[in-house]
Amino acid sequence: MSIVTRGFRGRRDSAPDLPPGQYLTRDFPVLSAGPTPRIKQDDWQFTITNEAGDKHTWTWRDLLALPSEQPTVDIHCVTKWSKLQTSWQGVSLDTFFEAVDTGADYAVVRSYGGYTTNLPVEDLVDGKAWLVYRYEGDDLHPEHGGPVRLLVPHLYFWKSAKWVKGLELSDDEQPGFWETLGYHNYGDPWREQRYSGD
Amino acid sequence: MVLRWLPGKVADIRVETPTSRTIVFDVPDWAGHLAGQHIDVRLTAEDGYSVQRSYSLAAPADEDRIEILVQKVTDGEVSPFLVDDLLPDDVIELRGPIGGWFTWEPSLGKPVSLVAGGSGIVPLMAMIRARTQAGSDAGFKLLYSVRGPADEYYAEELGKHGIEVTTIYTRSESPSGRPPGRIRPEDLSVLWPADAGARTYVCGPTGFVEAAAQALVDQGHDPGTIRTERFGPSGG
Repeated sequence: MSIVTRGFRGRRDSAPDLPPGQYLTRDFPVLSAGPTPRIKQDDWQFTITNEAGDKHTWTWRDLLALPSEQPTVDIHCVTKWSKLQTSWQGVSLDTFFEAVDTGADYAVVRSYGGYTTNLPVEDLVDGKAWLVYRYEGDDLHPEHGGPVRLLVPHLYFWKSAKWVKGLELSDDEQPGFWETLGYHNYGDPWREQRYSGD
Repeated sequence: MVLRWLPGKVADIRVETPTSRTIVFDVPDWAGHLAGQHIDVRLTAEDGYSVQRSYSLAAPADEDRIEILVQKVTDGEVSPFLVDDLLPDDVIELRGPIGGWFTWEPSLGKPVSLVAGGSGIVPLMAMIRARTQAGSDAGFKLLYSVRGPADEYYAEELGKHGIEVTTIYTRSESPSGRPPGRIRPEDLSVLWPADAGARTYVCGPTGFVEAAAQALVDQGHDPGTIRTERFGPSGG
């Protein structure tokens, strides 16, 4: 039961399809825990390591040779901004998983610069996640995770790791960076899973 | 641990600049927090419509008493209410503390560089106050960039903590005679050099943080020693 705030009416310009506690922004705010890593496209690599330790690696050229999709999705940051109808270009994670022999349930995502985040493998497959390298028609800027970031729009945006360089698949769940610092392990914006215990 | 919404009763409101206020809350059973952490604030209208925003805590907890600084964002939904309409004894909901990365504790045992842009000073002020409260002798150096003297938060207090403070103005000449302008790589020379083993905290708008953090890396600082927190322009 909420306490009513004396005198507060609110502006009520929230779009009807926002998750609870979110507000609409037209900017693209940046949130990062440290300096922005500058990774050249030609130096970028992406490696999936399965639960047996087998590795598959893709280079920038490999990435561009894969069939791309152009998802237009709503994104929701745990710091409460949401941005609707953002347009990306990238490759479905399903395409990468076709090359990987795995029955693992969990993934840790690793980024250049040391960032990590965790999520169930089932949230990465069946058309729910992409490795994206273009945003609104341009190369993805380093501030926003370029050259390549993960895009998992159905979870809070900290799960969409910037500067992505790999996935480690495992039968056990290992919490990532924010997940060990008080943020929710799963992060469903529609259930407002912002912090541990929500 | 569940972060419950708690009633925060407004104990004091202080004018920091014409468009910003320090708001002090009494929060029964506040669990304490680290310097650099923030809270979520929730405002609810009579018909149940509600909005949330995050604000950095500006000081160590004084038992159940905590404080934030709110800068009014002209087209915002929450900050104009907090700056213009909130009164002492009002009760609003808040929860926290939140964020375990952009934090400082006296036990760190390293010198500290602080780089603030505008209202990005707030979590850094919490660190400065925490240092004083703990009687720590950690070497703190602050570089603080604001538009001009009228926009300087904590202007009087900053000089009283026994730390090195350098203020630069983006739209007028700085006290040192520096011409107006946004942060430049050479401005960072007042901070600890790359080989001093310091940790650096950078907080401000995205463009400011990007420029400062990149310049520090270019000057040889290990990226792993630089912690950042960025405010989008739409913090409303």
